[in-house]
Formats: sequence, structure tokens, C-alpha cells
Amino acid sequence: MKQKIINETFLFTILAIVMGLLVGAVVIFISGYNPIEAYGLMIKGIFSKPKYIARTIIRATPLILTGLSVAFAFRTGLFNIGAEGQFIIGALTAALLGYFIQLPMILHVPIVFLGSVFIASLWGAMAGYMKAKFGVHEVIATIMLNWIALYTSNYIISLEKVKMPGSESSYDIQETARMSIDWFKGIVGASTKVNFGMVIAVLASILIYYILFKTTLGYELRAVGYNKDAAEYGGIHIKRNIIVSMSIAGALAGAAGAVHVMGVSYRASTLAAMEGYGFNGIAVSLIGNNSPFGVVLSSFLFGGITYGGANMQLLGIPTEVINIVIGSIVFFVAAYRIFQWITIFFNHEKPQKEDR
Amino acid sequence: MDYLKSHIDLNELVIDMRKITKKFGDFVANDCIDLKVYKGEVHALLGENGAGKSTLMNILYGLYTPTNGEIYIKGKKVDIKNPNVAIHHGIGMVHQHFMLIKPFTVAENIILGIEPITSFYQLNMKKAIEDVEEISKKYGLYVDPRAKIEDISVSMQQRVEILKALYRGAEILILDEPTAVLTPQEIKELIQIMRNLTKQGKSILLITHKLKEIKEAADFCTIIRRGKKIDMVEVSKIDENQLAAMMVGREVNFKVHKEEKRPGKVILQIKELTVEDNRGISTVKDLNLTVQAGEVLGIAGVDGNGQTELIEAITGLRKAKSGQILIKDYDITNKTPREVFESGISNIPEDRQKHGLVLDFTVYENMILENFRKKPFSKKFKLQKENIINFSKKLIEEFDIRPKDENNLARSLSGGNQQKVIIAREVTNDPELLIAVQPTRGLDVGAIEFVHKSLVDQRNKNKAVLLVSFELDEIMSVSDRIAVIYEGKIVGIVDAKKTTENELGLMMAGGGYK
Ligand SMILES: Nc1ncnc2c1ncn2[C@@H]1O[C@H](COP(=O)(O)OP(=O)(O)OP(=O)(O)O)[C@@H](O)[C@H]1O
Ligand SMILES: [Mg+2]
Repeated sequence: MKQKIINETFLFTILAIVMGLLVGAVVIFISGYNPIEAYGLMIKGIFSKPKYIARTIIRATPLILTGLSVAFAFRTGLFNIGAEGQFIIGALTAALLGYFIQLPMILHVPIVFLGSVFIASLWGAMAGYMKAKFGVHEVIATIMLNWIALYTSNYIISLEKVKMPGSESSYDIQETARMSIDWFKGIVGASTKVNFGMVIAVLASILIYYILFKTTLGYELRAVGYNKDAAEYGGIHIKRNIIVSMSIAGALAGAAGAVHVMGVSYRASTLAAMEGYGFNGIAVSLIGNNSPFGVVLSSFLFGGITYGGANMQLLGIPTEVINIVIGSIVFFVAAYRIFQWITIFFNHEKPQKEDR
Repeated sequence: MDYLKSHIDLNELVIDMRKITKKFGDFVANDCIDLKVYKGEVHALLGENGAGKSTLMNILYGLYTPTNGEIYIKGKKVDIKNPNVAIHHGIGMVHQHFMLIKPFTVAENIILGIEPITSFYQLNMKKAIEDVEEISKKYGLYVDPRAKIEDISVSMQQRVEILKALYRGAEILILDEPTAVLTPQEIKELIQIMRNLTKQGKSILLITHKLKEIKEAADFCTIIRRGKKIDMVEVSKIDENQLAAMMVGREVNFKVHKEEKRPGKVILQIKELTVEDNRGISTVKDLNLTVQAGEVLGIAGVDGNGQTELIEAITGLRKAKSGQILIKDYDITNKTPREVFESGISNIPEDRQKHGLVLDFTVYENMILENFRKKPFSKKFKLQKENIINFSKKLIEEFDIRPKDENNLARSLSGGNQQKVIIAREVTNDPELLIAVQPTRGLDVGAIEFVHKSLVDQRNKNKAVLLVSFELDEIMSVSDRIAVIYEGKIVGIVDAKKTTENELGLMMAGGGYK
């Protein structure tokens, strides 16, 4: 029974992806290009060279972590719009710790990484605290914190001690704070910044799965997510759980920011607007059915389509088409899920078990 | 009795369900069931928890599609694909869990979806209120059309649901356990309303576990056991014992067997307790009460006299304004629910779906809701799934929870079986004090017998039991002592063996003495 349901969800997700690609094909066709050729280029843009594969993976890495952040919060009944701000805070902290501290690599990398994760988890916990203490809805709180994070980051980067002259960024972090895989660069070229981020992201998804479904903490968090009243009745501390959940979500998104700075950009930049790693995490989480492993798969899909899709420009297809394809996939997945929820809530005919 | 029971017309068959089968996966919830209802009839549907009554009614109302079988309405074969089709054919349903919009008024809820409009396409509220007043007068269902749903009682909300169906032109009303949420007085009123309705030619399908109500209100009764139709009987020709035996498949013992027992030391002691409700009104006032080991103390009283606030204060869900609650000399006043639980109090809550279960958890996950942090269910922070499963299997067996599969979602269980999950969990805690609030609401007679036995077993094991119930029968047969609560105070405590229904009724109405 269980097996069957998981397959059903998986099947419908695949179907939604295919539908999304078809809508994209129609759009490409209407724009006067050949969809088969275009998608062919996209596939080539992902798989034809080891370098491309590496870059797709690099693109997917932060998405896994922000996607996990959103998915985790969602499982516990919270909607974390704040992954974006938590990402920014993680990245900023990593840039600062990576530049100002001098340490041997073996200490420097973990200190920068864990430090960033810690600060971002406090950032996430703030939203949880506001909800627990004052009843501020987490959506409001996290949106607000996103802007605060953005402007705080911009301000700090503009400080004389931090800002690299002649740029809009901080100084590059020390060599000792970078988590690149140098021997790999021999294969895919120095410009492809292969790093340990993917390993961290995959480990994080295993850890999150374990926490959610195998530990007492996860049991508590999910119970609160499904039915606060019953959880409270059973002696579970609701407010503490909200704060814990948001701090773990913050830690995950912060890890994404840290990995991005330590592995790819080596610096934090002033931003006119948010980059969208956190917001894309929402879409990734939705496509991945809020399941830790689903998030990994959907991040690859997301990373692949955005990275490989850029190749379509060779035909003169504007990049906006890529966004339409992604938008359609999200739409169809969401439509399927909404349909599923409707059957559960209004029909009661088909209670489904959680997909894990 | 001076009234005709209903106004049945045996010449007109309004509902004819033939050989209805419904499968959920491999599980057969309805197995080839026939159901016939005549015009002007009150037709009862009787069966154990999980027998398939709600499922059958959901099929009739178009919420489920049958796997097999045919439905005829007034002689015409129909295909009820969804509730709209059902409404079109004059079928209305009042679910056990109401589907009303709380901040809206009564009238707004009733007209929802088919609002009368003025010639300028504006909502015609004046007409709406008139309409509501008119039908409510016609059927003797009095409600205040301008009151907000959140401000009216449960029984009033139920009337709104019935009016909603009638406003949509229902000729056939399905009432799924309507009396489970009502007080005895309200039940009498509802039966009168049903009579008014049948007089106007409406037919009613009534699901209830209370045999007394069937005897009082119904003409025919269809009995279902484990998804199969057992029989359709004429109610006046059969007695309650026979009904119960047909439904359960064995003799049912209505009397609770209790051996003599002398109560031991004081377990729960409440001193001068005052508790406020959400509006800041003291609904429990300077209340004093003790419960001893080895006794069942029943709290009798009309709903709304402070029972809810009293229990919430004991269990830590509501702050006490003043006074003290002690368990075995240990002060638990204003402690958290967790601390209260750890001090040895378990609780079968009144609202099982809200407080008792996480509906989207499996049965086995629900079984450890309070104890998941303890051995053998977890070690350090890791859940021990195998132990949890084994424990759940044992309880499912012991408490006869159906279907026998711990992997089911709590949501998919029938109402009665959901209750059994909670009871199994709480009784197994083996607490010093077991609090049970309306523990048999919605349970079939066989299950009630079982629950009562479980409560008495606790008592026999020299534990204390505090029972809150609106049903005098239950209070009188299970309790050793009965405390009557009226306007937030205990107005009298009597010996259950010596008191009478009359005496209790008088005290519950405020005519108490010390
Ligand atoms: N959507 C569903 N999916 C799977 N099983 C279901 C579903 N709905 C009901 N069942 C099962 O079908 C059986 C009949 O359930 P139903 O709700 O009809 O019982 P009932 O006679 O109304 O019981 P109760 O008196 O306890 O309300 C139960 O065993 C229940 O677990
Ligand atoms: Mg039912």
C-alpha cells in the first residue's frame, strides 16, 4: 500500500514535469523556434561535457539546502519565506569570518561554515520567537527579516574595512577558508568552481530525513505541524517547537549561503534586489513534495533546466522561456498537489500517508 | 404517548439503494447492502463502530462513488456523482462535524451559495432573513437568523445545518449521529423536530448508537454488521436488547458489573478553585472536590456549567485564577500539560479530533503521543519503531480497534475506532488519576460496555477515575459517588447506589442541597 502511494506521487510529479516541458515547447514554437532543437541544446548544455555536469551540480547545491529549509519548516506546519534572508545572513557571515580570521585550513573551513550556519539559525529562530512569543505570523516576520537581512548585508559590505576598493563586494575570503576540490579542477577547468558543497547538501538531506522521521524531535515537530492542539494535549511544548523548527530551517538556508561564498563566489556583494536562492527553495520544495530526497532530485531538475537552458540562447531564444518552463512545471505540480489536498480535505475518501 | 411516531407512507418508496458495495483498497466497507426508506419515515441505521454506516450515507450524498450497486430515488435510477447531484435529487446531509462558517451569521450560512439578490445584483439580506424565518417557523426549528455561528450553542448550530439542507429543498435528510453532541433535553427537542419534518412529508435517515432514541423516533431500522446488512426490522416489534444483539452478534450487557470496594486515600484534591473562561467570566467558582483511590467519581451537570474549564484547569491547558489543585499532596496548579501528565494524570479528552489525535499520523504514531520520549519507544533521541509497532499491535488487539492495521491513518478510522485509539493509549498509561470526558460519545453499545469496563478496571486496580458525562445513565451506572456541578460549583455529592435520576435532575437544575 505504502509503496503504491509513493509511486503515485512520483508518477504525477514526473507527469507534471513533462506537461511543463510541453508548455515550454509550445511557447518556444510560438516564438518561432524549433522546440526539439532547443531542448536538444538544453540537454547538451547539461551533459555534453564533464564541465557542464559539474556546473549543473554547483548550481543545484544551494537549492538543495534552501529547498530543505523550506521543506523542513513546512513539515512542521510553518511557511518559511525567510530562506532568502537566512541565505544572505549565512553568506555575509561566511565572507566576514573567511576574510578577517587567520587560521590553518583544517580549522578555518569548519569555523567559517559552522559560524555562518549558527548565525543564520539565530536569524531563523528570530521569526520563530516572534511567532511563539507575540503571535506574529511567520510569513510576515520572515518577509520583514528578508529585507532587514538584505540591507544589513549591504550596509556591512559598504564599510571601509570590508569593502574591496573599486568593487561592490567584500574582500575575497582567505584561501584557507575555501572549500574547493582542487584536483577536480584539473578535469573541468579552473573556472568551474567544484567544491564540497554538494557533499554537504546530500549529507544535510540525509540528516533532515533522519531527524524528521526517526527521532523524537522530528516526531514532535511533525505532530505540532499536523495538529497543535493534540500535540499540546500530549504534553509537547508548542512554542519551543516553533522556535526550534525555524532555527533549523535558518541553519539550512544559512548553510546554502555559506557554501555559496566558500565554494563559488568567495565574497559577498551588495545586492540591489534579492538573488532568489531562498525563493527558488520554495519551488524546489514544492516540486520535491517537501520530502528530503525529493528536494535533492528537484534541485537537480531546477539546476539542470536553468543552467542547461541558458544554452538555448545559442538559437536566439530568450532566457525568459526558461522561466516559463520552470513556472509551468511548478504550476502543474502545484495543481496536482492542490487536487490531492482537495480530495483529502473535502472528500475524505483517500487519506494518504505522508510520503517520506 | 399521545403522538403518532411519524408519518410514514408505505406506498411511496423514496430511497432504494440496491446491493451497494464500497471498497477502500482491499478493505470492503460496504458489502452488498440494501436500504429502503419510505416517504414520511424516520429510518434508523444501526451498527457497530466501523460497520460502514457513514460510508453508506456518504455514498448516498455523492461524497463517495460506490464500487458496485444501484441507487433509485422515487423510483428513478440515479447516478449521484457529487453532492450537487444529491441536492438536486432532494437529499440533504448533516455531518457529525459541522461545516459552518463561524464568523458569519445564521442567515448568511443558510443562504450560502444560493443567495437571494435584488434586481441590482446585490445581496438581498432582508429577503434572506425572511426566508430563514419562514422555514424555521414552518418546521419548528427556531433560530435567530442574525446571530453569529460562533456565538450560538452546538445544538443551535445543528439546527442551522438542518435548515441549510431544507433551504436547498431537501426531501430526504441524512443525520449522521446528530445526538452525540446534544444534551438529553436537546435530544428531546430534536426528536420533536424530526416529527415535525416527517409531518411535512420529509424522510429522515438517522444514524445513532443510542437504542433508546431509535425506539422513540424511528419506524424501521436497518442493521449493519461489518459492512453487511443483517436485517431491516420494524422498530415497534423489537426491544433494545434484541437490537443490540443483532448489531453486535452477541448478547450485550448493559449493566456495569462492579464489586464492592472501599475507596482509599485521597488522590486528587481541589481547593477553592476559580477558573475564568475565554471571556473572562469565572465559570468555576471556589470549587472544592476530592477523588479517592479506588473510586469513580462522576461529575453530573448540564453542559456549560464549568465542566470544560474545570478539566482544562486540572490538565494544565487553562490557568487557574485562584485556588489549588493537588495530586497526592503534590501541587499541580498552573503546571504545564507535560508536568501534569508526569504527575500521574491521564486524560480522555472531550474533543477527540482536536485534542486526542493527530489525524494525519498513523495509528501507531498516535499510540505514543505522550510517551514517545520514554523507553522502550525511544532511546536517547531515536524512535524505536519496532517497539512502537509491537506495542500498537498489542493495543489494537486488546481494544479491538478495527481495521487491525497500525499503519492506517487515524483519519481513515471510523469515529468510534478513533475514540478507541485514545482510550487504549490513556488507559494503558495506568495513571493515578484517569480523567474521562464524555468517553463514550459516538460509541456503539458493545464499545460502551468495553469502555465502562475499562474505567471500572482502573478503579478496581485502586486508581482514581474522574468521569464527566452529560448522560445520567452513564454517570449512574459507572460512578461510585456523583458530584453535581451547577454554575461552577459542586452543589451536592451523592452515593450513586442510593440516588435517583429525579434527585440528580433536580440538583442539576440548581435545586441542590448540601
Ligand atoms: N476513506 C477511507 N479510507 C480507508 N478506509 C476507510 C475510509 N473511510 C472509512 N474507512 C473504513 O471503513 C470502515 C467503515 O467506516 P464508517 O466511517 O462508515 O463506519 P461507521 O459505521 O460510520 O462507524 P462509527 O459508528 O464509528 O462512525 C471503517 O473500518 C473505516 O476504517
Ligand atoms: Mg460514522
